[in-house]
Amino acid sequence: MNRFALPMAVFVALVVVLAIGIRHSPQKGIILSPLIGKPAPPFSLPNLEDAAHAVASRDLKGRWYVLNVWGTWCAECRAEHQMLLEARDAHAVPLIGLDWKDDDARAREWLAQLGNPYEAVALDHSGNTAVDYGVYGAPESFLISDQGIVVYKYVGPLTREVWTKEILPRLPAHAAAKS
Amino acid sequence: MRQRRGVLQSVLVATAMAGVLLTFRAWAVDPTELPDARLQARYLALTHELRCMQCQNETLADSPVDLAADLRREVRDLLLQGKSDDEVRAWMVARYGDFILFRPRFSPRTAWLWLAPGVALLIGAAVCWRIVRGRTALVDADSDPVGDDGPVQGTRG
Repeated sequence: MNRFALPMAVFVALVVVLAIGIRHSPQKGIILSPLIGKPAPPFSLPNLEDAAHAVASRDLKGRWYVLNVWGTWCAECRAEHQMLLEARDAHAVPLIGLDWKDDDARAREWLAQLGNPYEAVALDHSGNTAVDYGVYGAPESFLISDQGIVVYKYVGPLTREVWTKEILPRLPAHAAAKS
Repeated sequence: MRQRRGVLQSVLVATAMAGVLLTFRAWAVDPTELPDARLQARYLALTHELRCMQCQNETLADSPVDLAADLRREVRDLLLQGKSDDEVRAWMVARYGDFILFRPRFSPRTAWLWLAPGVALLIGAAVCWRIVRGRTALVDADSDPVGDDGPVQGTRG
């Protein structure tokens, strides 16, 4: 046996392991959510526009929706707002806003000024719901299935590319339209 | 008289500064006090081994950001509910993943992290052993026909 065979084999094995690691590593700085594939944490929170009716996860069961975590204090949220309006107009999946540790009046002003992409906005004053969802910075978006399962999470401002490549293909309507 | 007033002034200033230093503990990022000392110790230990997800290289205990304060509050509430340290860690991991632990748990996902140093050590030991044994065999093979001449040196090559 060639005396270089063993070191070579070790080297090749190392290359394979690292290649797998790089290929499977998520986007740099993005932490995989342990919630993917699990039931979305339940919530029932005050509604920004309708004080009489709470926004509750159990009322959303049976429908797909995107839970978008935002706040008026969040600069990146402004960056994704245009995209959210486009998504609303495309009617592929409703957006539910989770206004994270925010001021209600400011939130209303924001939506009046920039347009309201949300079907409903839940007010998370305490931040408890955001913590349940493992949110560590706004904006974050969760795609939740009709079964109430977290299917996909995106950290950072949504872009058209993320919307068409990651969100839409996961929707059952899209799959049906394709086949 | 004027000099004495100066002395008095410096004494007062020094006392004020000492007072500020003594209250510094209360000014720290996290002024949380739990009702009993053992809970407080566990609280401090836990907040020092959980990561602030927003700043990522700081512990919950050290981080001044809002989210860290929220998570510290959760730690405090869970401890007050009588949860064990492991239950608190599990609660955090269920939401934020293994990344929130500065000391990752042993799991199929983290097995390599924990085992790799041991495996590397074993491989190293095996390589050493092979080389040493190879050389010993060489010495033995050379010295055999010579008989009782004692140890043979310089048999390499």
